Amino acid sequence: MSGDPIYTEMIIEYSRNPSNYGKIDEPNIHRHDSNPLCGDSIDLYLNIDDKKITDVKFDGKGCAICMACSSVLTEMIKGKDLDDVKKFEKDELLSELGLEHLIKTSPVRIKCALLSLKALKYGIYSYFAEKMDDIESAGNLKDEAANLY
Amino acid sequence: MQSNTYSFAETRKDFPVLNRRVRDNKKLVYLDNAATTQKPNQVIDAISDYYKNNNSNIHRAVHALAEESTEAFEQTRDKIAEFLNITNSQEVIFVKGTTEAINLVANAWGRDNVKEGDIIVTTEYEHHSNIVPWQLLTQDKKAQLKYIDIDDNGELMIEQLDEYLSTGKVKLVAFSHVSNVLGTITPAKEIISKCKNAGVKTLIDGAQAVPHMKVDLTELDCDFYAFSAHKMLGPTGVGVLWAKKEILEKMIPYQGGGDMIREVHKYETTWNDLPYKFEAGTPNIADVIGFKTAIEYLQKIGMENIRNHELELTKYALEQMEKVPGITLYGAKEPEKRGGVVSFNFNDVHPHDVGTIIDKDGVAIRSGHHCAQVLMEKLNVAATNRASFYIYTTKEEIDVLISALQNVAKVFKL
Repeated sequence: MSGDPIYTEMIIEYSRNPSNYGKIDEPNIHRHDSNPLCGDSIDLYLNIDDKKITDVKFDGKGCAICMACSSVLTEMIKGKDLDDVKKFEKDELLSELGLEHLIKTSPVRIKCALLSLKALKYGIYSYFAEKMDDIESAGNLKDEAANLY
Repeated sequence: MQSNTYSFAETRKDFPVLNRRVRDNKKLVYLDNAATTQKPNQVIDAISDYYKNNNSNIHRAVHALAEESTEAFEQTRDKIAEFLNITNSQEVIFVKGTTEAINLVANAWGRDNVKEGDIIVTTEYEHHSNIVPWQLLTQDKKAQLKYIDIDDNGELMIEQLDEYLSTGKVKLVAFSHVSNVLGTITPAKEIISKCKNAGVKTLIDGAQAVPHMKVDLTELDCDFYAFSAHKMLGPTGVGVLWAKKEILEKMIPYQGGGDMIREVHKYETTWNDLPYKFEAGTPNIADVIGFKTAIEYLQKIGMENIRNHELELTKYALEQMEKVPGITLYGAKEPEKRGGVVSFNFNDVHPHDVGTIIDKDGVAIRSGHHCAQVLMEKLNVAATNRASFYIYTTKEEIDVLISALQNVAKVFKL
């Protein structure tokens, strides 16, 4: 079947061979999140050095959309500065995989696509909050994460 | 006795939603009946007629509408008693669903009958509604929750029950009559008989049994039985708790409010008779009335016929699915040991992806953990796909499912 709006070659490839899949021991940021209704469940790990994301990994169980989006997200933020990453928008992630349409067409599957981004935003929020650093961004991130989908 | 040649395909004309086209103008193939069944015109009309002609609150006012509504409401109670061979319809308590029925028992019975160190036993294949209320109760009482495990064929390892019962600490064994994921039919009579010998109460979650097979509660002789209307052609928001009168009479009320009282004074209240003691507030009158029509519809077909029809469909589905490469089937190999439910996984493809792809062919199945995460852990999967059948399901629809699954294989280059 050609022209499937969701299951592109890229998504299926990522689902079979996810990028940055694995665990970081004693990471600076660790966030677990899951979708209670569907059962996708992931852990996101980040190491931060002077506000720079020096390493990022994820592991867990999820559908092809969840695995592909988590892979792309980790690719996009690796090596980036937290000040840039904290402003990261969901459209940037979705458009990378051609999944912007999910926002309108599938309120259920959008949760699979954005689970890792939600974990990321909550993770950075906790990191800022714990360090009492950039409290304004921390508050925004928490709200963004809570209202992501 | 109805004939075994009931024309099930004929029922389809009564279900307007089955004529729907979905997604890309595909014919709807509805295989998510374990979640909820569709409703026939007869049930939809009964509810709408009630609102058009009779609507009134019940049990109180003396005007004509109130009397008619009360009578219609109580007729459903009598119908349920007849349907399940319950000798006293006062033992039929209306709740909003199976979940509320189990919570009612956990709260109203559990409060006075479970204490520190006691054991509640449930099973690995329960729906969350037959696990979480017992977790809440046992945590509150410092009691223990134990599980009967399942074997590789998806059947309960009943010998574990003997071990639990031998401690003398078990107060209740709560189990589903039919598993909502594996379809396994629980040997209820065997469990009940063991529990009776040990003086232990039994609660059965019958949500997946009452709609699909003949259930005789006098013969079964458990202590509590719960089920929902919406899984048997009836409306959502109506369920039943049945329990023996002598147990209900000793139980404290679950909720306080209107209808459940005899006399209310400033500091004390006396309770209404059964079943009203457990039916606080204005009930879901219209839907209870609609439920009677649903039961009549099923009675007309005959529960043995329904069971045989689903057995035939399940046999066919298991045979056809086994031919699809990469399919893992869960549950008992023998169709006779299961209800009309087939859970499966498909190679490395996540159930959500299977569900989304076959949805484009109009096929509605359930993908997920089916509110049975304890069982998912046991099967070591995050989720499964589940196709579930009912009276209007046809073999042709199972063929559509199979060809949709072959399409999944194409998309995922299996």
